[in-house]
Amino acid sequence: MGIDRREFLKIAGLSAMMGLGGKAAFDLLVPGEVEASLKDTPLTQAKRWGMVVDMDKMNDEIMDRCVEACHRIHNVPDWGDPKVEIKWIWKETYEHTFAGQGHDYQGEEFKERNFLILCNHCDNPACCRVCPTKATWKREKDGVVMMDPHRCIGCRFCMAACPFGARSFNWGDPRKAPEELNTQFPTNRDYPTRTKGVVEKCNLCAERIAKGQFPACVETANEILKDSLVFGDLEDPGSNVRKLLRSRYAIRRKPELGTGPNIYYVV
Amino acid sequence: MYDGWKIIPGLIIFLILLLFPLWNQAFHPGKAGITPNPELTETAKNAEKCIEPKPFMKTQHMKMLDEWRNEVVRDAERYYKSSEGKEYYKSLQITCLECHSNKSKFCDQCHNYMGVDPFCWDCHIEPKENE
Repeated sequence: MGIDRREFLKIAGLSAMMGLGGKAAFDLLVPGEVEASLKDTPLTQAKRWGMVVDMDKMNDEIMDRCVEACHRIHNVPDWGDPKVEIKWIWKETYEHTFAGQGHDYQGEEFKERNFLILCNHCDNPACCRVCPTKATWKREKDGVVMMDPHRCIGCRFCMAACPFGARSFNWGDPRKAPEELNTQFPTNRDYPTRTKGVVEKCNLCAERIAKGQFPACVETANEILKDSLVFGDLEDPGSNVRKLLRSRYAIRRKPELGTGPNIYYVV
Repeated sequence: MYDGWKIIPGLIIFLILLLFPLWNQAFHPGKAGITPNPELTETAKNAEKCIEPKPFMKTQHMKMLDEWRNEVVRDAERYYKSSEGKEYYKSLQITCLECHSNKSKFCDQCHNYMGVDPFCWDCHIEPKENE
């Protein structure tokens, strides 16, 4: 038994109404729901995280403390040998930081200064382009250049590609690092270590910003001297980083390479 | 049969050796075939249930952990909604090991029995156990 024309029209009309209502309800409900559930997750509040190092305020003591805090929180071992060292954030001289930008008549306070270096979380990261397993990739939501050690095969293409030397290779098991240099390793039992044969680097404290905390270095630096290290959303014109970048002259490392670093240095 | 005096005792000795598991078992009843016996910690006992029902956790925990690691690291989805609607932080080290802090008496029991050697612990830190 089929349906007559009248029955068909009734069903069609009802379906159309349901469809419209369903769509409207979907549009009205879902965005709110998503926002509500993610309200305490600042990860969604930034489109592109960036950092500004204020070199007027930054000094060696703050830098050392930042490095110490980062490496302690992320269980970065100290191998005591620059050939196999692992570093997420470190100090570097002017010449090494801004290679080719110096000149003969530069003041010594500049030439002999140390700068705070970490992964630049580039807009167009060379490391991600070369990774054969997508173990490293640019997180579209907030611009963090992420690293998935589960997937890393240790080919070190990314280390060759990165123009900033921001990546380190685990030549040995981090838990076998010299004990006298790593008392009580792993230092943070809530964070994993890495294993032999994977590459690692700064993850912009993805695990901390997901919880609404600042990256470890930013937190540490600001505890010592407020605004020496500023962290915020570079896409938001009203953010603290954008305000600072508007009012002060800031440079980036090797911008001519076109990777678009997101770490700025106020000089 | 030529050399029967050599062959027949030889065969008997061979059979005795071959059947070692059987007669050994007969002499020591109940001792063979040690089954894994994962122990729960006090915290786990007090919690009464895991994040999902026990049979599911028993057979699917490895798949769940595999999904978790991808979702957390790659998609930044850090919360798990259980079938009961409760939310959990997806973390082996923080969530699972909070209750199951006795790796050698819990995880290793079945893993050793099954001869599996998960490489989770290469990076993720084993709980400190008070022996």
